[in-house]
Amino acid sequence: MQIDLNGAPVATAAETLATLIDEHGFDAASVATALDGVFVPRPLRSKTPLHRGAKVEVLSPMQGG
Amino acid sequence: MFYGTELNSRLMLGTAQYPSPQILRDAITASGTEVITVSLRREGQGGEAFREILRESGCRILPNTAGCHSVREAVTTAQMARELFGTSWIKLEVIGHADTLQPDPFALVEAARILCADGFEVFPYTTEDLIVGERLLEAGCRVLMPWGAPIGSGQGLRNIEGLRTMRTHFAGVPLVIDAGIGAPSQAMAAMEMGFDAVLLNTAVAKALDPVAMARAFGQAVTAGRAAYTAGLMPRRDMAAASTPIFGQAVLA
Repeated sequence: MQIDLNGAPVATAAETLATLIDEHGFDAASVATALDGVFVPRPLRSKTPLHRGAKVEVLSPMQGG
Repeated sequence: MFYGTELNSRLMLGTAQYPSPQILRDAITASGTEVITVSLRREGQGGEAFREILRESGCRILPNTAGCHSVREAVTTAQMARELFGTSWIKLEVIGHADTLQPDPFALVEAARILCADGFEVFPYTTEDLIVGERLLEAGCRVLMPWGAPIGSGQGLRNIEGLRTMRTHFAGVPLVIDAGIGAPSQAMAAMEMGFDAVLLNTAVAKALDPVAMARAFGQAVTAGRAAYTAGLMPRRDMAAASTPIFGQAVLA
């Protein structure tokens, strides 16, 4: 199915957020995730199903002021 | 004292826009800061190297919600930051105006209320408006961070009388000047007025020599605080001779 990952269209077979994170090679312990604008804590990723058109954000630390 | 944490340094430093990771490392050390500000961005832009700098700095991390324009964005970003950095500290920015990066006070108070109720220790980036400050304290904030001037402008303390009033009005509340500081003298002025700390970024990162500038800011903040605690002389409108008149020869 087609989803939106960090602002880019992506085709994925992943059924959950946790699988998507693995599929894309993200370091699961070093990123934070949100689905459709709502924070998904690390322990809930494997219980969070994806849906067509889901907007997933995967964030990590970055320089800031 | 910020949310029960006592710090030796009263300088908080941003981590953006440095010429190189090594200069950022050296600037953090030279400044003497114990609190550095960081952001959250989409993974895939060299995050690992930056995480290493954060670890080795030994500083407390103050994540921010920079770039957020709504309550929902700011709250979600804060929740993500808490998980990522393992801290409840959050520098809450809810921007209301694209050109001035002025806080949206209404959204700021609402976001602060939600986050404080959720156990966050919120450092709200606000204006010098007293009523907004009151509302933020009612929302559960125990620190206020009034702007000196628009972010990245280097204009210093643009409304010095307003900030002075704020300092008097919120006696006992930790107040941090955040944003707009362009020179060590401006940071020192804030400290002489009794502000508890200053937070800045661009003035150091964009200096010709960021490491030397970081050191200068560290010294300025220390000097300003020392002057404040020593007690500044009252200002006068007219001259007052400091040399005694008594014993003066009559030579005219």
